[in-house]
Amino acid sequence: MKGEPVVSQDAPITAEDLYRCVHCGLCLSACPTYMETGLETESPRGRIALMKAVHEGRLDINRRVAGHWDMCLACRACETACPSGVPYGRLIETARRDAVEQGAVSWRHRMVAALFLRGLLPRLRMLRLLASALRLYQRRGLRRLVRWSRILKLLPGGLDRLEAQLPELPTRFFAPQPGVLRAVGETRMKVGLLSGCVMPVAQAPTMDAAARILRRNGCDVATPVGQGCCGALNLHSGDPKTARGMARRNIDAFLDAGVDRIVTASAGCGSAMKEYGELLEDDPVYAERAARAAAMTVDITEFLAGLPLDPPRGRVDARATYQDPCHLAHAQRITEAPRTLLRGTPGLELVEMEEASRCCGAAGIYTITQRRMSERLLASKMEWVLAAGVDMVVTANPGCAIQLENGLREAGSPVRVCHVVDVLDQAYQAEEGPSPSAVQ
Amino acid sequence: MSKRRPLVKGLEAIVGKERVVHHPEDLLVYEYDGSIDRAMPQAVVLPDSTGEVSRVLALAYREGVAVVGRGSGTGLSGGAVASEGGLQVALTRMNRILEVDVENRLAVVEPGVINLRLDQRARRSGLRYAPDPSSQKACTLGGNVAENAGGPHCLAYGVTSNHVLGMEVVLEDGAVTWLGGMERDSHGYDLRGLFVGSEGTFGLATKIVTRLLPTPPAAKTYLAAFSDMRSACDAVSAVIAGGMVPAALEMVDALTIRAVQKVAHAGLPEEAGAALLVELEGEAEELEETGLEVEAILTGAGAFNLRWAESEEERERLWSARKGALGALGALAPNYYLVDGVVPRTRLTEALERVSEIGHRYDLPIANVFHAGDGNLHPCVLFDERKPGAVERVMEAGGDILKVCVELGGALSGEHGIGLEKKAYMPLVFTGEDMEMMKTVRGAFAPLGRLNPGKGFPGGPAGHHNLQRGAVMAAGPGAYV
Repeated sequence: MKGEPVVSQDAPITAEDLYRCVHCGLCLSACPTYMETGLETESPRGRIALMKAVHEGRLDINRRVAGHWDMCLACRACETACPSGVPYGRLIETARRDAVEQGAVSWRHRMVAALFLRGLLPRLRMLRLLASALRLYQRRGLRRLVRWSRILKLLPGGLDRLEAQLPELPTRFFAPQPGVLRAVGETRMKVGLLSGCVMPVAQAPTMDAAARILRRNGCDVATPVGQGCCGALNLHSGDPKTARGMARRNIDAFLDAGVDRIVTASAGCGSAMKEYGELLEDDPVYAERAARAAAMTVDITEFLAGLPLDPPRGRVDARATYQDPCHLAHAQRITEAPRTLLRGTPGLELVEMEEASRCCGAAGIYTITQRRMSERLLASKMEWVLAAGVDMVVTANPGCAIQLENGLREAGSPVRVCHVVDVLDQAYQAEEGPSPSAVQ
Repeated sequence: MSKRRPLVKGLEAIVGKERVVHHPEDLLVYEYDGSIDRAMPQAVVLPDSTGEVSRVLALAYREGVAVVGRGSGTGLSGGAVASEGGLQVALTRMNRILEVDVENRLAVVEPGVINLRLDQRARRSGLRYAPDPSSQKACTLGGNVAENAGGPHCLAYGVTSNHVLGMEVVLEDGAVTWLGGMERDSHGYDLRGLFVGSEGTFGLATKIVTRLLPTPPAAKTYLAAFSDMRSACDAVSAVIAGGMVPAALEMVDALTIRAVQKVAHAGLPEEAGAALLVELEGEAEELEETGLEVEAILTGAGAFNLRWAESEEERERLWSARKGALGALGALAPNYYLVDGVVPRTRLTEALERVSEIGHRYDLPIANVFHAGDGNLHPCVLFDERKPGAVERVMEAGGDILKVCVELGGALSGEHGIGLEKKAYMPLVFTGEDMEMMKTVRGAFAPLGRLNPGKGFPGGPAGHHNLQRGAVMAAGPGAYV
């Protein structure tokens, strides 16, 4: 960007991280973009080779090089596959930061970064305002008119596709509140629930369900008002500076609320917050607090499966399959907890689809910046979902849910998409006797 | 370079722009495979069908361009490195499993199919594809055929050649033909046998017919810790001498254990000087019996910590530690040079002691992770290619190790192929007449010698050697782009 220093103030890619890669190639078959294209340039090993070449002074970062880094979903499936423990997530984030600083990214990326990542995410009030406007647009006849007029098709940038992919917004948004929602029965601990950015507007019912389940299982639930977006999307797209600001705000909000755990219902946010310690390790004021907040962060499935859970007694009669969110399976290495919760739900039959831990192509802003690849990955995912013959596909991350919903809608499939907590909540709601929904 | 433009135009006319790689930045990631050799191709093409491969090879033939086949690029002898430039034909997009014939226990696959995918697909029908290179979750069957790949379970079941019935191949001039077929026995010369392990110098396989075996009813996997390599080697000899044929018999040394544990916490014995992974397969009752015998032999040879996988997950964890061991060395050093020499099983102890001496002499750490049951050593010389002179010293040490293997009555390569770096040592095991014979055979398949020139075997024109070893130091900044 003009007016900003080209030389990064942040640490460069470290040789130690880079040269841990011995180019054995075992990551290839785990990489969604490699499997889709067969191209080494779109593989983790290839991307690292380009970073090495830049590091060694054999190559300058240009649009072509940055293009290969941008094609990466940052799903980190390669980290799970890597036998030598290359910290790929950290490498790709740093490489992208360098690409952004050298102006080697596409106009689409710059636009999304300016409007959405730096414009809206750090200012959730604006995001909510925009969401309210969109909700009006969806509810009143305007959407029908716009679609009928096909005006969006005439504008550049694929606005029509973008519009079609907007999730149907709920009537009510979820919002952080002062005070604490009391546990049902005896209080075991006090947890802070991350509200997040997209989830409270697009999937408010899921957030409500998360709070209900936590209370049902002996937790006082705080949703501190100072909190905001976790900063993951900013970090992933090469803007650690903005991400750090967002991290500091969340750290303050949750530590000041005096909670025992920070619970997230979004895999992407949980993964980012668990890495707050690393993100702020050079910050003299925040380093210690960041590490503390990171250590307190848990994904809601991990948290619930680790409790002596009060098992739901109501039934959810459905055949379901589980889509591993990349940032749960690969970044946090959590694959069993969500499945355990689903298997423990009466009436629910869990079947595995093929390639359950392969990225669906959502990956944050990827659906906008790399639309073609995102659609190819989604098409493959839809094949596997539909082949599983299920009523419901369950996941644990808002981005995946929106992407899967879009895929299923376009395929004309009646298969529903749910979050793990939606399923659990349904089971609790279906219990006979005194209704737990009284806690709402 | 002047030849590049017409070549690229011609390729784009065959497969379209998206599947031709020719920008220098992009070619940079095609200069390596899993080995330490490096060289840049002029272009890379990714065909989708036999027809396209045939047209691509015909074009290269007309243009006088060398052709190097490439799968996932996990090879360890530089087989997929375009050491003399030319065109790389990456077969990664031809990755369909065309047929699994359960009744006849065979599969027909394209060359880009990943080894593990075929095995997983076969297992759904109660069958398996036996050869299991450690890189099996990424390496392709085309590459396996080219290098006649092995793997831990080849001790009991044999290498790739024993599991390939036939293949469709595209020859140097683009002609398409079949070698072998769907039958177990064929008449005439075993051209299929010649082709497997020809390291891409005869042609490119575009369809492969593989055997599938029934999966064993049960398996038992032992992990035995020893205080040193010598006692572990004695245990290997004792198991074999006892008339047992385990499905796999693998050894890791202390340095390898350290690397694996640093990354994966796989439960390998950190206090051991060496460990053996022994897998038995068969009927459950039979396993109980042989299991007791094996336990007695291992303990007798000095195993101080003997345990077995209690569950399928634990068994998988042990195998994943073994198969990821090579990559895990990245936690100790940025580069390794794996020497694929073979020695008679009875000379294992002696061989390993001499390998260790070589390490001391060159002052280079050497990690050992290998197929002990086959006598197939894999000493991995650890180094940092960015240090001046390191590569040369490592290659010299590697040469000395190979000489030891030959002296002890062994061979240059167990399963990775001769490729580039072992070529100079061929005369250690072959006479001039042997080499002439190989040249004649190669000439019969590829008269112009433009398929993977400079690899493995004698024959083909003496091209210039534009190989970049330790390219960073040799090339200096801005060498390519």
